[in-house]
Amino acid sequence: MTDAADEHRITVTVNGEPHAVEVEPRLLLVHLLREGLRLTGTHIGCDTTNCGACTVLYDGTPVKSCTMLAVQADGHEITTVEGLGSLSELDPVQEGFTIEHGLQCGFCTPGMMLTAKALITNNPNPSEEDVRWGLSGNLCRCTGYQNIVKAVLWAAAKQHGHVAETNGQGTTVSGRT
Amino acid sequence: MYPPRLRYVAPKSLDEAFAVMAEYGDDAKVLAGGQSLVPMLKLRFASPAVLVDINGLSDLAYHRAESDGSLRIGALCRHVDLERSALLPDRYPTMAAAAPQVADPIVRNRGTVVGSLCHADPQGDWASVLLALNGQVVVAGKDGRRTISVADFVVGPFQNSLAAGEIAVEASVPAAKGTPYGSYLKLERRVGDFATVGVAVAIETSGLQISRAGIALTGVGPNTIQAIEAEQALIGQALEPDVIARAAGLAAGAARPRSDHRGSAEYKRHVVETFVRRALSSYRLAVPA
Repeated sequence: MTDAADEHRITVTVNGEPHAVEVEPRLLLVHLLREGLRLTGTHIGCDTTNCGACTVLYDGTPVKSCTMLAVQADGHEITTVEGLGSLSELDPVQEGFTIEHGLQCGFCTPGMMLTAKALITNNPNPSEEDVRWGLSGNLCRCTGYQNIVKAVLWAAAKQHGHVAETNGQGTTVSGRT
Repeated sequence: MYPPRLRYVAPKSLDEAFAVMAEYGDDAKVLAGGQSLVPMLKLRFASPAVLVDINGLSDLAYHRAESDGSLRIGALCRHVDLERSALLPDRYPTMAAAAPQVADPIVRNRGTVVGSLCHADPQGDWASVLLALNGQVVVAGKDGRRTISVADFVVGPFQNSLAAGEIAVEASVPAAKGTPYGSYLKLERRVGDFATVGVAVAIETSGLQISRAGIALTGVGPNTIQAIEAEQALIGQALEPDVIARAAGLAAGAARPRSDHRGSAEYKRHVVETFVRRALSSYRLAVPA
């Protein structure tokens, strides 16, 4: 039996757009995004807060949206993978994952990309170790991470205008200025 | 899957929080980082009537060194705040060593040190660190505050000594009297897994002698274990190989691990011994000329 007094009216800004919704306190943020707002780019990959497939940006900071309540997003800004860029203007992270083939099945990819976005924004010149460490909250079962790391390094180079070199095999390699 | 029905309050002041906690008693749970509590709610291991979300109490988001040299960590200090802190490496090296190893980077963005102590998971890293450092927890309610040693605060698996209506508002580490050295060594099969073995070492030296020693073990018993005999074997000694070896052996003896899919009990004891030896052997004592 739902007590109407238990529902909370909240306003969450998602990808720049404010949404006024009524939610039960127990509604998880990931369920608000996927089922309430039909933004299904955010995925649910585990039930144990391990996999990071549900990662979104909460005021610019990566959080696991399965481990947050929707009511906690009241008055805050959420970025999902849908908010990263557009078809006509891809975000450097999206470009990097394309060019460096940073995905196979794609299930972990939205979470990876959002964590990567925050990583390269806060650390403009990450080393490979920085990237591997920074992504250690996002699990991938397909790729073995190699191309994901390359994709993130590519994106950092693109976003911050480092010198990018090709290695002669059609793959770009981030240079260091 | 998802939490049971509950109420939710986001108080704007500690007094407001105390009022809600007093009203609901044992049926209220504090929500800070939520990185342990929300998973428990989703598994229906916890079923509070009300969640008291303290994330709006920004006055609790601090960590600082007091003038007396103690380290104070507010209830909303996140693991990542300590990971990035320039204050820790020189003055509180065990804390600095542990912070980057808690959970994973995304969980560290939200989870809190104080919350971790309250959750009292026997696999939790901070309880070992604070135990090795002789840390304390400040607990507050509408009737005032009290300070509890971490040893007395974490009383059993997932059991703390908070009374109904109380909120843990701060953790603290006493000032070092000597020169501090410390490590947190953690073996895990992958990032985010429970520790197979974790070892917190915190020593202070006076000249070339050890004046204080704290050694605490994660994941090798029903609770965090303080290796008291190993600590006592170090006091007044120099960091010589035989002293280190003896302390490492005593620490391994204090462990009470279970054999499981992470390793046999014998293996885990061996890791404890190795980690204590590795930590103590790594310190390069700065001796005045």
